Amino acid sequence: MSDRKEMIERESRLEQLVSDLLAEAKQQGATAAEAGVSSDAGLSLTVRMGDVETIEHTRDNGLGITVYFGQSKGSASTSDLSPEAVRDTVKAACNIAKYTTADDCAGLADAELMAKDLPDLDLYHPWDINTDTAIELCKQCEDAARNLDSRITNSEGASLNTHAGLHIYGNSHGFVGGYPTSRHSLSCSVISQEADAMQRDYWYTTGRAAADLEAAEAVGQKAAQRAVSRLGARQISTRSAPILFQSDVATSLLRSFTGAIRGAALYRKSSFLLDHLDKKVFPDFVHIHENPLLPKGLGSAAFDGEGVTTKAKDLASDGILKSYILGSYSARKLGMKTTGNAGGVRNLAIDPGDLDLDGLLKKMDTGLLVTEMMGHGVNMVTGDYSRGASGFWVEQGEIQYPVEEITIAGNLKQMFQQLLAVGNDEEYRGNIRTGSWLLENMTIAGS
Amino acid sequence: MPNFIDIARGVLLEPAGLQDKDLNHVLDQLLSYSIDAADIYFQAGRIESWVLEDGIIKEGAYNIEQGAGIRAISGEKTGFAYTDELQLPALLEAGKTARAIARAGEQKRIKISNASTPTERLYQPINPLNSLTEQEKVDLLRQVDAEARRQDPRVKQVIVSLVAAHDVVLVANTEGTLNADVRPLVRLSVSVIAEQGDRREQGSGGGGARDAFSYLIDQDRALGFARDAVKQALVNLEAEDAPAGTMTVVLGSGWPGVLLHEAIGHGLEGDFNRKGTSAFSGRMGEKVAAPGCTVVDNGTLPGRRGSLNMDDEGTPTQNTVLIEDGILKAYMQDNMNARLMGGLSTGNGRRESYAHLPMPRMTNTYMLPGKYDPQEIISSVDKGLYAVNFGGGQVDITSGKFVFSASEAYLIENGKITRPVKGATLIGDGPEVLTRVSMVGNDLQLDQGVGVCGKEGQSLPVGVGQPTLRVDELTVGGTNT
Repeated sequence: MSDRKEMIERESRLEQLVSDLLAEAKQQGATAAEAGVSSDAGLSLTVRMGDVETIEHTRDNGLGITVYFGQSKGSASTSDLSPEAVRDTVKAACNIAKYTTADDCAGLADAELMAKDLPDLDLYHPWDINTDTAIELCKQCEDAARNLDSRITNSEGASLNTHAGLHIYGNSHGFVGGYPTSRHSLSCSVISQEADAMQRDYWYTTGRAAADLEAAEAVGQKAAQRAVSRLGARQISTRSAPILFQSDVATSLLRSFTGAIRGAALYRKSSFLLDHLDKKVFPDFVHIHENPLLPKGLGSAAFDGEGVTTKAKDLASDGILKSYILGSYSARKLGMKTTGNAGGVRNLAIDPGDLDLDGLLKKMDTGLLVTEMMGHGVNMVTGDYSRGASGFWVEQGEIQYPVEEITIAGNLKQMFQQLLAVGNDEEYRGNIRTGSWLLENMTIAGS
Repeated sequence: MPNFIDIARGVLLEPAGLQDKDLNHVLDQLLSYSIDAADIYFQAGRIESWVLEDGIIKEGAYNIEQGAGIRAISGEKTGFAYTDELQLPALLEAGKTARAIARAGEQKRIKISNASTPTERLYQPINPLNSLTEQEKVDLLRQVDAEARRQDPRVKQVIVSLVAAHDVVLVANTEGTLNADVRPLVRLSVSVIAEQGDRREQGSGGGGARDAFSYLIDQDRALGFARDAVKQALVNLEAEDAPAGTMTVVLGSGWPGVLLHEAIGHGLEGDFNRKGTSAFSGRMGEKVAAPGCTVVDNGTLPGRRGSLNMDDEGTPTQNTVLIEDGILKAYMQDNMNARLMGGLSTGNGRRESYAHLPMPRMTNTYMLPGKYDPQEIISSVDKGLYAVNFGGGQVDITSGKFVFSASEAYLIENGKITRPVKGATLIGDGPEVLTRVSMVGNDLQLDQGVGVCGKEGQSLPVGVGQPTLRVDELTVGGTNT
């Protein structure tokens, strides 16, 4: 799928498929409909202990349609794009709509909100890499990890993933849009050992273009450093202490924040941030914003899952919650307007502070640096938070020893209020960009 | 009644005009390279789901997943490609891609023949999607909603979902065997929010089986799930902060068996042990649990969510004793890892779909009952936690550390269950935790049939279970120090 001309032909084929789907839905009696079609191809390759382990060639096609008969809706999807399966899919969606209840809030997004201009967000940089070169790159990555330290004794391997594809969305307002995207990643996971104890850790790099990835050796070395640094980890006793969430785990706190202000959680009254719009959620210095139009961004899109124009906006400013994350349905349920967030938040970032990780450790003085969390102990209704953690115990701003088999617990509402500082050591690899977070106090359960 | 292979041929091969000789052709092409083993996995899956929310039938969805995956194995190397077109040219193309893992070698020919069709059927080859009319399905959702709301005026929000899946799979491999399975699966889940003053809490319930929808209606099971969800939410409305620290924990029977799944199950999967990356690697024959602890992975329980007539490599599932009276006895294996470790598959080779590679996975994992009355176990504890319901868990198989999160728990004080406490995450060390089991109850129960296990991005239905257990020391992640 590396050829641009082929991609353009593919795009028009899929656009045709979307309009055929919408026509079929109308033919079967639907009063409105929306459809999405995607096609993606890629390579996933893993090298372990210096030798190829798996080579997977992926090729995924999919199509989904939602039909409306007045205010009743039905949905169906298929991985089989044969004309027969497509017809069956539309038929299944229409049949379902006979049994769902008419819902005042159901329906397409309003026609006037449809995106008109689709700017080129520079999201398509296919990687023309053959398997031999990919194997070589993975070997370099894993070798760099295994050669870093004699305590790296085993490996789960280095993996390269490259995918390129197209997604087209259209609806019966006449909107149809889509564009090709690519995404590549290189990751490495290795095991360190000392006496009988083993520790595993990993590192990865990802981007829209191969040129934006970290060097293979650097990925391997970071994985190895992280795995070695965990050796000798021990449980600490139960106590309360300040917690520093390293940037790559701090992203999960922002995910909890966006989870609590998404429309479905709000209209279901299952959010700990219910009725918090224009209220203080974070301290004054916190500024959180979304930029869906970021060139090459991993979350970038010019229109949302309903064809609505996306735009940059503040979610929190001076610590005050400025916007929910809504699609049309949840907006109608709440008596509000869609924020162009059907399908979620795109390229979220929190403004960095002045301190790097070292500066934050000094500021914390004594406490826990959390570098990994485990489990799903987040209650989005109450904000109650209790998760497994590992990291490092810190005294006088210096790392003392690695820690494991402990939990950290609190309540997200209070945790947000107790944010003391955000670092400038930004994690930028995913849809969420943040520095490390220093929190005043949480409960650590241990021995 | 037609056998599984005939059904699968009718669904997967005949519409595409494919015959056994075409499968031979694809496998021959793979074997022209120096390959140890190869297989083709055909799948036609249909999933239908319905959601009730705010008292109305809000959503319904139907999904078709269909295709074939071709895998070629050479030593520890695997080549894999798949196609959503069940046509000979697409299969040959995928085969060509998969076999590139190995070098061209001598020409071999194979001829596939039917494997013995499983005689003991764990479930009927039915299509559960058709086992109720649409009207009956939405009526069932409404009854469950009404049952939940009827329990207590504090119930403010009820979401009910109903899912049915029908999977037809057929596997042909270079050993010359052909095997097939037709797998029904139904599930109903209820989630409620209860409100009292300005406090809101959630509760959930649910269950399912490899059966028709009638399973949910029989014995009023679906209504029972609604009552379970409400009870949990109301208990949580009264819950105080959970304690923090290491203490005695009594785990209830049934779903708390997720402990076994996380603490030892994943660590005993063959791939991790072949590679030496599991905290259990090289510990076969050693003591990893207290005397009296026997843990099995059993894919042969009739109708259970984690059960399969055959795994996704065509091997019949079995009842594997993983830990016997505290001693580590077996790993769970698929073909490739069994071959590389010099053993036989235990029928644990599973995959999410034709577009995923198989690997060793659990089926129904549980501990056999012991001798203690559950009440006797609770009475034995001066001060501790009694946890009866859990959400998900996670494990780091290399360090052995695992977590699982309680969604309903109580304090035990002076041998009595006293006050409910908020959910908290429990954390422990896999190879160690079962050595601290001091009492095993006589009340083995399996879960209700809602478990989903994730590994390397692949999700699969599984089952867990256990009798009531007393664990002398486990770290409880509350906030109350």
